[in-house]
Amino acid sequence: MDDFTPTEDFISPGLPVDQANTTGREPLGDPQEVPELSEVDCPDELREAIEASMALYPDHKSASIPALWAVQRTYGWCTPEGMRQAAAVMKVTPAYLESVASFYDLFRLQPSGESQVLVCTNISCWMRGGDELLDAFCEASGADRGEAGHGGAMSADGEIMISGFECLGACDLAPMASVNERYFGPLEPADAKTAINQLRTGEDVLPDKLLAARPLPGGDQESSDERLTSSKGPNR
Amino acid sequence: MSIVETRILLRHANDPELATIDGYRSHGGYSTLEKAYDDLEPDTIVHELEESGLRGRGGAGFSMGKKVSFLPHGNQTKYLCCNADESEPGAFKDRELMQRNPHQLIEGIVIASYAAGISHAFIFIRGEYDIQADILDQAVAEAYEAGYLGKNILGSGHNLELVVHRGAGAYICGEETALLDALEGKRGNPRLKPPFPAVQGLYGGPTLINNVETLSNVSHIVANGADWFKSFGTEQSPGTKVVSISGGVRRPGNYEVELGVSLRDLIYGLAGGPLDGREVKAFYPGGSSSPVLTPAELDLPYSFEAMAEAGSMLGSGSIIVADDSVSIPHMALRTARFYHHESCGKCTPCREGTYWTVKMLERVVRGEATPMDLDIITSVQQNIIGHCLCVLGDSMAMPVSAMVNKFRNEFEEVIAHAAINGLPTTDGREAQEDGVEPGPGGVGLEVLRRERLMGRPLPESPQAAEEMPRA
Repeated sequence: MDDFTPTEDFISPGLPVDQANTTGREPLGDPQEVPELSEVDCPDELREAIEASMALYPDHKSASIPALWAVQRTYGWCTPEGMRQAAAVMKVTPAYLESVASFYDLFRLQPSGESQVLVCTNISCWMRGGDELLDAFCEASGADRGEAGHGGAMSADGEIMISGFECLGACDLAPMASVNERYFGPLEPADAKTAINQLRTGEDVLPDKLLAARPLPGGDQESSDERLTSSKGPNR
Repeated sequence: MSIVETRILLRHANDPELATIDGYRSHGGYSTLEKAYDDLEPDTIVHELEESGLRGRGGAGFSMGKKVSFLPHGNQTKYLCCNADESEPGAFKDRELMQRNPHQLIEGIVIASYAAGISHAFIFIRGEYDIQADILDQAVAEAYEAGYLGKNILGSGHNLELVVHRGAGAYICGEETALLDALEGKRGNPRLKPPFPAVQGLYGGPTLINNVETLSNVSHIVANGADWFKSFGTEQSPGTKVVSISGGVRRPGNYEVELGVSLRDLIYGLAGGPLDGREVKAFYPGGSSSPVLTPAELDLPYSFEAMAEAGSMLGSGSIIVADDSVSIPHMALRTARFYHHESCGKCTPCREGTYWTVKMLERVVRGEATPMDLDIITSVQQNIIGHCLCVLGDSMAMPVSAMVNKFRNEFEEVIAHAAINGLPTTDGREAQEDGVEPGPGGVGLEVLRRERLMGRPLPESPQAAEEMPRA
């Protein structure tokens, strides 16, 4: 718009201006230029983690998702500085990493607190009360329910992110939630308050609702089927 | 309970030791791999896999042996990708298999790689499965240490590098070509096919892509032979299947059964049937992308061919049961929202079709639609199917069309009821439907709705009888 100089009798049409929401993530430097490693001040630990990932793949660009994970682990979310540091290590443009980060739901492009709670609201969980569970998490943490259902909302103290989420692949636990990347379910709305309190005091969250503690629903079954008992393969 | 599970893949799965290499070995693990390297030619293994009739367990049901045989012979670098990006609503079997028995998968990958002359393998696991990815990392490290992975495996001259690659939350990456793009470090957009991945896949090289459950079956087939495998299941769907059952049932979870058992046995026998006082109203037989079936179809055998004949599909083997408290139009809306959210946006019919389907279904549950809109919903679905690079759009179009066709009365009732009473019907849950405002906004809107509904049969309501002019 720099080359547009309105004449004196110009009347603005007053149309709404389409502004991208870039709160907190204005690009640093030129996003289309590969930054030099020396100018980004990348912590050694982050650089080593990214370099280790790059060594695993025939093409170093394959490490972009692992690199973004490393950035998110280091800074709590994919910060513009962090992505710039990763871009310098990987020798790609920051714009490239940003394009990848914005595609995937688990990369957080805004500050998202110490803990993240993802509540499944997809078909199976919805049938068993997933919406009510999300309501309860929002109420217990003071997060905005409307925002939580559309990409995530921060708790009143800014420490916990609550977000409704698409299927997390644990419909047997419905309704369930993923708290700091661990699955819990089936949950009652009352469990939400307990979990939020435990997160705030640093206790173990809902230990008896953890996915890992569950046996198969069919229990231990030993079949007398000859074909199974005489199998020469694994699981004999 | 008359039916028992037939556990091949999930045998001993409750034993936590099975996830370690020692535990796995104590149950005969890796002996098949050793036998394969010692005694078997790669071609023999490929032949055995083809003979077994093992069909892909990820959704498409394509013959695994054929897929292997499509890979070109020769010395070029070939790749294997294990698809563990299980993200379809209703599916959670791969999670169970990886968490409880990771070495079974690794052994299958090594044998398949040996058979196809593959030197680089990847397990693409969805980012949400953090604990399962940790378990796999640990298992891969153990397998490297034991010499089942790496350079010159067991002195055979075969090299194989296996990397566990975590995704970051995108359903589309379960589509095989989108998975390849994601693995190459890009946004996960599907590619045009052909060329198929078997010819030109990861980094442009020939690539074999198989689901976790498919690869977990490999060592069992190689150990016991194709005839043993074919003794399970039906002629066209041999073997067992880990079936994920969820929704309105008493005992949701994973059950391994022979293919061909009846749906009734699965839903009522193993999963315990619907909750107290409820009845089965509809169910997805193969994940949220399969057209729903009704209780009339409960006695069908659960196999690829029977599900296809019933106009649905077995897909990934995930049954979601909707009981009579569930409103089908709302279930259609949930389904459509998922696909709208997950559409990558590359192809217009899917990007726009999923968006407009959500908008139209929201109008249905708000009572702003007319029965004619149901026909428009159906026609939008028909314009998605087959018109995109991948089947994500089809995956919404098929179940939504099936719901509108099979439960059209309920859609019309919901429209009519909401238009008159201003509140959605059938159960209390919809009133809090996220993003959908209940009830009419004002008189003007209400009049408009009634005018649109003129001439349509409406449920009896004193208010309606007074105010509605009937055509």
